[in-house]
Amino acid sequence: MRELTCIGCPLGCPLRVFEEAGQLRVEGNTCPRGEAYARNEVLCPKRTVTSTVAIHGGTVNRLSVRTQTDIPKEKIFACMEQIKAASVDAPVKIGDVILPDVAGTGVPLIATKNVPKA
Amino acid sequence: MRTHDLIVIGGGPAGLAAALSARRAGVQDVLILERDHVLGGILNQCIHNGFGLHTFKEELTGPEYAARFIAQAQEENIPYRLGATVISISREKIVTYVSREDGLAQVRAKALILAMGCRERPRGALNIPGSRPAGIFSAGTAQHLMNIEGYGVGKEVVILGSGDIGLIMARRMTLEGAKVKVVAELMPYSGGLKRNIVQCLDDFGIPLKLSHTVVEIHGRERLTGVTLAQVDENRRPIAGTEECYACDTLLLSVGLLPENELTRALNVKMSRVTGGPEVDDRLQTDCEGVFACGNVLHVHDLVDYVSEEAALAGKNAAACVLSQQTVGRTVPVTADGGVRYTVPQRLDPDNMADSVTVRFRVADVYRDRFVCVYCNGERIRRIKKRVLAPGEMEQVILKKSELAQPLESIRICLEVE
Amino acid sequence: MRKDCDVVVIGGGVIGCAVARELSRSALRICLIEKGEDVCSGTSKANSGIVHAGFDAKPGTMKAKMNLLGSRMMPKLAKELDFRFERNGSLVLCLSEDGLPALRELYERGAANGVEGLAILTGDEARRKEPNLSDGVVAALYAPTGGIVCPFELTIALAENACVNGVVFRRNETVTDVSRGADGYVVTTNRARIGATCVVNAAGVHADEIHRMVSKTPMHITPRKGDYCLLDKEVGGYVLCTVFQLPSALGKGVLVTPTAHGNLLIGPTATDVEDKENTPTTAAELAYLTQTAARSVRDLPLRSVITSFSGLRAHEDGGDFIIGEAEDAEGFFEAAGIESPGLSSAPAIGAYLAALIAKKLGAEEKADFIPTRRAIPRLAELPAEERRTLMEENPLYGSIVCRCEQISEGEIVEAIRRPVGAVSLDGIKRRVRAGMGRCQAGFCTPRLLEILSRELHRPMEEICKNVPGSELLTGTMEGRK
Repeated sequence: MRELTCIGCPLGCPLRVFEEAGQLRVEGNTCPRGEAYARNEVLCPKRTVTSTVAIHGGTVNRLSVRTQTDIPKEKIFACMEQIKAASVDAPVKIGDVILPDVAGTGVPLIATKNVPKA
Repeated sequence: MRTHDLIVIGGGPAGLAAALSARRAGVQDVLILERDHVLGGILNQCIHNGFGLHTFKEELTGPEYAARFIAQAQEENIPYRLGATVISISREKIVTYVSREDGLAQVRAKALILAMGCRERPRGALNIPGSRPAGIFSAGTAQHLMNIEGYGVGKEVVILGSGDIGLIMARRMTLEGAKVKVVAELMPYSGGLKRNIVQCLDDFGIPLKLSHTVVEIHGRERLTGVTLAQVDENRRPIAGTEECYACDTLLLSVGLLPENELTRALNVKMSRVTGGPEVDDRLQTDCEGVFACGNVLHVHDLVDYVSEEAALAGKNAAACVLSQQTVGRTVPVTADGGVRYTVPQRLDPDNMADSVTVRFRVADVYRDRFVCVYCNGERIRRIKKRVLAPGEMEQVILKKSELAQPLESIRICLEVE
Repeated sequence: MRKDCDVVVIGGGVIGCAVARELSRSALRICLIEKGEDVCSGTSKANSGIVHAGFDAKPGTMKAKMNLLGSRMMPKLAKELDFRFERNGSLVLCLSEDGLPALRELYERGAANGVEGLAILTGDEARRKEPNLSDGVVAALYAPTGGIVCPFELTIALAENACVNGVVFRRNETVTDVSRGADGYVVTTNRARIGATCVVNAAGVHADEIHRMVSKTPMHITPRKGDYCLLDKEVGGYVLCTVFQLPSALGKGVLVTPTAHGNLLIGPTATDVEDKENTPTTAAELAYLTQTAARSVRDLPLRSVITSFSGLRAHEDGGDFIIGEAEDAEGFFEAAGIESPGLSSAPAIGAYLAALIAKKLGAEEKADFIPTRRAIPRLAELPAEERRTLMEENPLYGSIVCRCEQISEGEIVEAIRRPVGAVSLDGIKRRVRAGMGRCQAGFCTPRLLEILSRELHRPMEEICKNVPGSELLTGTMEGRK
């Protein structure tokens, strides 16, 4: 049995997830979003990773980036390793792909800041 | 001295939304004064996501959210000065600012919008005893150094304060390879959003110690450790509960303070609870033509509400400029029974818009309460709330039509039944 | 013996800098050695900033003599070196009837010391003068000549002027040994060996250690720690005079005073400690401080505290300053045991020792001594026209870095480029106040680091709060050039 706090809304319902005969049963949710969240958290928890990369020749020193969608939680640090090794040249626009596929997740890393050339 | 119709002090999310709204309401001559070298305000360093859920129905990072408004401002050709620090404002709406390009400049405005945001409470204000080594940062300063400048600030970290900035930085530093040992929180509840507890602490196994505070700081040149202690119901450290944590970095997320140094010169009524000026439903201070919005008015949790509030301030400032504003008598909004404050603090019942959003915060964590609105002593609203927390701003939308005329008193409070 | 200079001054606090400055009137080669990364790093940076009227010291002591002289010299020096000094007056409060004899004794002492204008006021008269005094005040000694000064401005002004007049400053250098040679001294530091004819021991809490290297006469320094709380400028006018309570055996007690910059300061405590390097504040002392100060004034506005700090005073066993040439070490001069009223006495101590040394060395006065020094312009306090002119000459004056105190990049760059310029965040703070405001450098730290890095040609991660080891940043995140 796993205990979770739902993060779908400010209520923060305490959830309990049971595995029974290969199926998941969720208790404690007060709405369907809670059940969906609980299932995801247990089966394949995902997170969006946000960070920065070095940028050269731009009006700022650092480019903020994020994974375009959330990625499996266990890949977070592998993703960070790739982010730390990355760098780009200005100009960059929001949405530009910095890394096409972070840590083999199939999810690209995209820029979240517009940085013109210095 | 040049006169503008509207001057907006601050080019962050509040200032941008207010300027856009004023322009769209018909004021052409708008000028934004921003002290940084870019627009966007604090959002530029808030590289995490969670912004825009209400405004754009998307989850954006801070810079992306800011970019949406900056793009609109640029499309509409709203003039702005960067690197321009306002050093004084007067009741005559004369704004004095300093910048490299303009030197010491003075401009006058028909209306002013205050959108200066807020600053962080420092260690000094908490009077934490001990040495004064390097390695102590307010969380926002550390965030700036990391996300804007690209520097690490430390390797072994203790964080005081579980508000969102502290939580976000716990995650940020962990992702950059630092070890965040503990987050200590003075109150018996966290000040931040539940999702941040999960995504910033639980995900990384970072312990949260509620009802704890830092009682001593150690280290000569650089921090070597802090002593935490549990606190009692009066927030006083309990002798014998002291625990030492070795660390080279202490981040402080211990409160945000609206930056109203400039506002004080206007001699407008200030709220001791919010730290910002008191305003009416137009978001106008008691100096006619001076409006306030965003964190300078009261500290927000969601930038979406800042944009909404600022848009209203902009619209009303425009009405003031276009001489379409009628100011009547105001009725104070009383906040009590668990409600710490409301914004606005006053309503102008004869001239108010069809509806007014009253934002408020509660004094403690409450479960199963009713948010009640009393009008001339009679209850006109009773809304059930399963959970209310000080860290989460609430609102009620009141319709002019539901308010008794003539309006003599209005009160918002929490009730058990 | 090789002579690298005529005089080595050990210690870059207010005393060392005052001696160096006065010595620089003479045609002498002078070198000042400071172990901190900057001058004004020890006691001189953490004190009450009071220029005492001089009634407290026992008549006939060096303290009394130097206090009174120094206090009289201060106005002229403040004009010459352009630092803030204000004679705001002092009040010593008597909080109970049985303190009246002690109050009277202070009055007599002051008169014996030559202090002008002393008067004993009733409690009501005192409260008329200072409306925020507590009701418990029974009587007060009023000394109109008491003053306040910024201890950093004073020390740094002396240092700058000394440097401009030829004194060589060696910072980040620690004296490890002083030994007597045939016709002078060899001062050994962690970096060099310096031969000089005369040595001045102005080493603060370490003066007894330096003393023992060459002299056998007794000297023992006990570091006495004092904690302070600094309050926001919004309550800076809570009192106009410097308000003392009747002194005790440990010192002048807790005072409440406006500072030269417009803050309110309360402190110090007085606790003898052993560690000469670490000066942590303690919860117990801060509590004692606030409770004691609260007896002087009503409703002490503690909500406005912006920071607290502490410093050590060098208390010598004999209880008086030890100033002069060591009996058993010719050419070895000292100013030791400089606790209160050290700051007030500094100009006098400087002049006194410089005169002794110049005479001993038969030195001539320089015709080209530059007696004046202009402070770095404080744009926030200048009238608009002057401010505009400066900004036109130097656009960096138009870029505000410290928003709490309204300090521009131009002022910060000057603080670094001046003689004996700032090399650290604390150095900038003490020269131009960036970081001293209510946000305590929360806002300006990134830009200060950037400016220091640029001006000193050092990477940002090497920039320190003060001494090496106090770097703020751990390194660049990967990828940054």
